[in-house]
Amino acid sequence: MSDSALAARGVNKSFGSLVVASDVELSLPQGVRYALIGPNGAGKTTLINLMTGMLRPDSGCIFLGDEDITELAPEQRVRRGLVRTYQINSLFPRLTALESVTLAVCERRRIARTFWRQLTAYRHEIDEAHDILSALTLAPVCHRPTRELAYGQQRLLEIALALATRPKVLLLDEPAAGVPREESKELFAAIAGLSRDITVLFIEHDMELVFRFASRIIVMVGGGVLTEGTPAEIAADERVRAVYLGKGHGALRS
Amino acid sequence: MTSASVAGPHAYLQAQARWRRGEIAFWLATLLPLVLTPDYLVLASQVAIAGLFALSLDLILGFSGIISLGHAAYFGVGAYTAGLLSVWGWGEPLTGLLIAGLAAGLLGYVTSFIIARFHHLALIMITLGLGLLLQEAANSASWLTGGFDGLQGINTWPILQKFDFDLYGYTAYSYSLAVLFIVFLAARRLVYSPFGLALRGIRENGQRMPAIGAPVYSHIRTIYTIGAMIAGIAGALLAQTTETVSLEALGFQRSADVVVMLIVGGAGRLYGGLIGAIVYIVARDRFSGLNPQYWYFWIGLLLIAVVMLLPNGILGGLALLAQRLRAKS
Repeated sequence: MSDSALAARGVNKSFGSLVVASDVELSLPQGVRYALIGPNGAGKTTLINLMTGMLRPDSGCIFLGDEDITELAPEQRVRRGLVRTYQINSLFPRLTALESVTLAVCERRRIARTFWRQLTAYRHEIDEAHDILSALTLAPVCHRPTRELAYGQQRLLEIALALATRPKVLLLDEPAAGVPREESKELFAAIAGLSRDITVLFIEHDMELVFRFASRIIVMVGGGVLTEGTPAEIAADERVRAVYLGKGHGALRS
Repeated sequence: MTSASVAGPHAYLQAQARWRRGEIAFWLATLLPLVLTPDYLVLASQVAIAGLFALSLDLILGFSGIISLGHAAYFGVGAYTAGLLSVWGWGEPLTGLLIAGLAAGLLGYVTSFIIARFHHLALIMITLGLGLLLQEAANSASWLTGGFDGLQGINTWPILQKFDFDLYGYTAYSYSLAVLFIVFLAARRLVYSPFGLALRGIRENGQRMPAIGAPVYSHIRTIYTIGAMIAGIAGALLAQTTETVSLEALGFQRSADVVVMLIVGGAGRLYGGLIGAIVYIVARDRFSGLNPQYWYFWIGLLLIAVVMLLPNGILGGLALLAQRLRAKS
């Protein structure tokens, strides 16, 4: 049908009289690094919830590649390669980092139902989890319970968990939220270093990071897509300027 | 911390699952009543059965975080199944145990479809309701269960056609203990398996599990069925060793008692239910000897004291103590 990795077709959602998604049309080509921006309450996180199945749209369809996934449960979408992270850390506090990521690997390889063999028998899965953590500089703390990790490390663990599912499309909801500026650059460098086979969409408020790491930008306002284009096009767009200046978010620079 | 990272991922995880000296000592100590307190073997076999029942709840509540106030339903179904088999002329204990486990597991599997979809308060109400439902059903079906008078005429055949049940409880305790140990080995394996890790994931953050591709409902159904099966085996043990089954086997009191045992011992720890059962049953025996009328007063006091002083149960307290001692040295 199309060469897009992920697409939304005419997606609508409202809670009572509050419209949180109005006729959203979106198509992410394979391998791009998309930034999703917009003022608070524009419906960015809602859109991620709709695409990953945490919310059901009132109307419209979600496509992953050529497959209509609108009816699928969140975990079924994850198994097909559509994976998200959370704006607020949503981790397993008393599992160690290695245990958490090993769990995600085991779920992907469908061995998490096995209760008659010891976990330690699955050496490949443990190695894979450890490699993912190493790549994100978490190997030295991989035996610590998640709740004892520094905040920035927990943000990285969010991404490690997502990577362990081998995503085709990765939706990052403010991956650097709450992380100091210097660290957030490192975090985005890690995201930029991901394989080009993975299509990435991230929500981010820091325009410097957006313009540095996004190859294309989507602007949302009031539950709908205002415009979509390259960073240069977005920076030059009067409507975007108006939205941001009007809301007092500071000027856009490229 | 650093030494653990140096140990590497495999060695570290292996060390977690390794048999500890304390565990071996614990299981050796379970043999002591046979020699030291031969007068209390009937009590000891009650402890073993209660421990097995608490272990079954630990898998569900402690390891997976699924609250239940009606777990006696599965215990009771196991007890009545084993009892009825014997009344109907099949008193062979081992097959009786197996069939009782399967019957309770079947009920667990059917109810798990409801259980998997609810949380917290709703789950407490549903499990409570299921327990009451089953108790009244057993009460009204007195042609089958003997109703309020209990099931009469159970006769358990000698185990392996060799060991007859004696008055002092030698056979009863040895049998209960052997079954407890075998089931415990299986439960231990489960806890340290990939599935055991997934259960801990559900307990820690069930909302997050779908986002890593985990079929949470299906995991919950599996562990609930396994837990019900083990509870049924415990119930069958009680029926076979005491040769009676009463409505109390299904009752709310039993469901509440087992939750108390688990919390006192330490939920989410393999030995929590076992330690809790020892403390609870022995305390009940002592208190009711001291004061036959008001012994629940002391049980209440014990419960409050444990929860206030040791929020993670006796084993949680011991673990904390060991940690502090290690930090000092």
